[in-house]
Amino acid sequence: MISVRGLRKHYEVHQRAPGLRAALGSLFKRTYKTVRAVDGIDFTIAAGERVGFLGPNGAGKTTTLKVLAGLLHPTSGEVRVDGHEPRRREESFLRKITLVLGQKQQLLWDLPPSETFELNRAVYGVERGAFERQMKEIVEILDIGDVIKRPTRQLSLGERMKCELCAALVHGPKLLFLDEPTIGLDVGMQAALRDFIRRYNEQHGATILLTSHNMADVSSLCPRVILIDRGTLAFDGSLEDLVRRTRPEKRVVLRFSSPPPAGTVAELGTVVKQDDASAVLQVPQSDVSRVVARALGALPVHDLDVVDPPLEEIMADVFGRRASSRELPEPGTGEPS
Amino acid sequence: MNVRGTLRALPTLLRIGFAEALAYRTEMLVWILSTTMPLVMLALWHAVAREAPVGRLGQADLVAYFLAMFVVRQLTGSWSVWLINMEVREGTLALRLLRPIHPLVSYAASSFAEIPVRGLLAIPLAGVALVVLAGDRLTRDPALWAMWAVSILGGWLITLLVNFAIGCLALLIESSTKIMDVWLAAYFVFSGYLVPVELFPPWLRGVVDAMPFRYQLGLPVELMTGAHDHATALALLGRQWGMVLVSLLLVAVIWRRGLRRFAAYGG
Repeated sequence: MISVRGLRKHYEVHQRAPGLRAALGSLFKRTYKTVRAVDGIDFTIAAGERVGFLGPNGAGKTTTLKVLAGLLHPTSGEVRVDGHEPRRREESFLRKITLVLGQKQQLLWDLPPSETFELNRAVYGVERGAFERQMKEIVEILDIGDVIKRPTRQLSLGERMKCELCAALVHGPKLLFLDEPTIGLDVGMQAALRDFIRRYNEQHGATILLTSHNMADVSSLCPRVILIDRGTLAFDGSLEDLVRRTRPEKRVVLRFSSPPPAGTVAELGTVVKQDDASAVLQVPQSDVSRVVARALGALPVHDLDVVDPPLEEIMADVFGRRASSRELPEPGTGEPS
Repeated sequence: MNVRGTLRALPTLLRIGFAEALAYRTEMLVWILSTTMPLVMLALWHAVAREAPVGRLGQADLVAYFLAMFVVRQLTGSWSVWLINMEVREGTLALRLLRPIHPLVSYAASSFAEIPVRGLLAIPLAGVALVVLAGDRLTRDPALWAMWAVSILGGWLITLLVNFAIGCLALLIESSTKIMDVWLAAYFVFSGYLVPVELFPPWLRGVVDAMPFRYQLGLPVELMTGAHDHATALALLGRQWGMVLVSLLLVAVIWRRGLRRFAAYGG
């Protein structure tokens, strides 16, 4: 579905020092700096995959999505999306894709969202019957029956985002580029949107590329992740693989029926967090059964969980290491799922 | 999008543009108020012509001229430049570019759909005043009225295309609203909006004839008030549509270059 080879996107950015003198000086002589937003990345994505695009701010995620959507032209490299060269923005290509930008909206501000849906129906030439069936289904799943009749300006952020997604799917695209689709939403609304995206992927076999700083989006939606940092590929593989390589330890979460004797918890492993009622230990994967057995025998444990470290910590680890010592999982060494 | 698809989508684009214009009714009222300068000029020139005609224009002629000017302004106005600038700055133009319809077609549909809303509010009043106060100064020649209709379309197209050309400059220079301000200053002076073009000194009329402003406003008003015979009217219409063509080419060049830069730097 998507093939990217040696993609580079460099910008010339005007730079000047602060202050009036520099402002006046820049009228006559300008200095430019080349920003390497994307600097030689390769990956392929198969039809129907759900892939998370991760990276710190300015890593090149959105730039890559915009190149894939045909909005930005690559400086060099080859990009093919379902047989199309995106930069040409052929009509048949535009009918296959959609782009949802969490911080920008296509909904008509003073009209109800239903009018934007109708506008998109006309623009994409969707047959009336098919449009009504599709809208009925989406509106039901997202529970926005009443919402779509109120002017957009009167909707909450979550309601607007659901309607944005709905507007983006009027033409039944088979490739969804989602840039921070849950930004600013409460936890319940985030979960509803994620459920919907997963369902759309399963029912329509659509390919989904998602960028998000919200790790819950990534862990619940994307079996595969691509990590980008400073325009280069830092990792491409399954989420499990990323966790295993970056943080081979597991977390043992203990809940106590009474406070454990002082010092006993620390004997079992590295204490991440502890109070009278609970403790979190970090232990090597190979030690998990031994630690669990010892905890059950020696401590007043009434409940116990073994979990992976939070994805946020893993990301911080990956990008922190990369920034300081370039010690990272080798690019592209993960197995795509 | 192919032409057939665009034509199929056009009624919906126009309907939604009309609904949007109605939703912005306060803004629309402000726009109409901002176009009432001809009524001020009417009062001014009416006083000037009290003692004697100005050129060949007496008081009744000036009433007809400026009321007609008010009507023509409502029918040929476009404010697309502000919308394009806003969308370029906010980056929402990107979302339009992803739809299989040319963004300029959707801007044009919105602009066209605003005309009936402005017309509904302003034209009945101005029309009645025009007929009652200076009906005898309006042409009764059906051929001139037919040419007037063509000139209204031409005038609107020049205004729209100039809005597009200057709006698309925002793709190259980040904001072009100041350029529009400069354009509007020249437009008010040279279009006949404040002073009928026929009152300009002869040397300036030659310059004005070579610029697009008169063909945006002055020409339709001149045709309404029967200022030209058929041959002159046709020649002026020819020039007007030549301006339409030039504006179209200009928009095509700026849009293409602007889009290339947008694709290079993003929105």
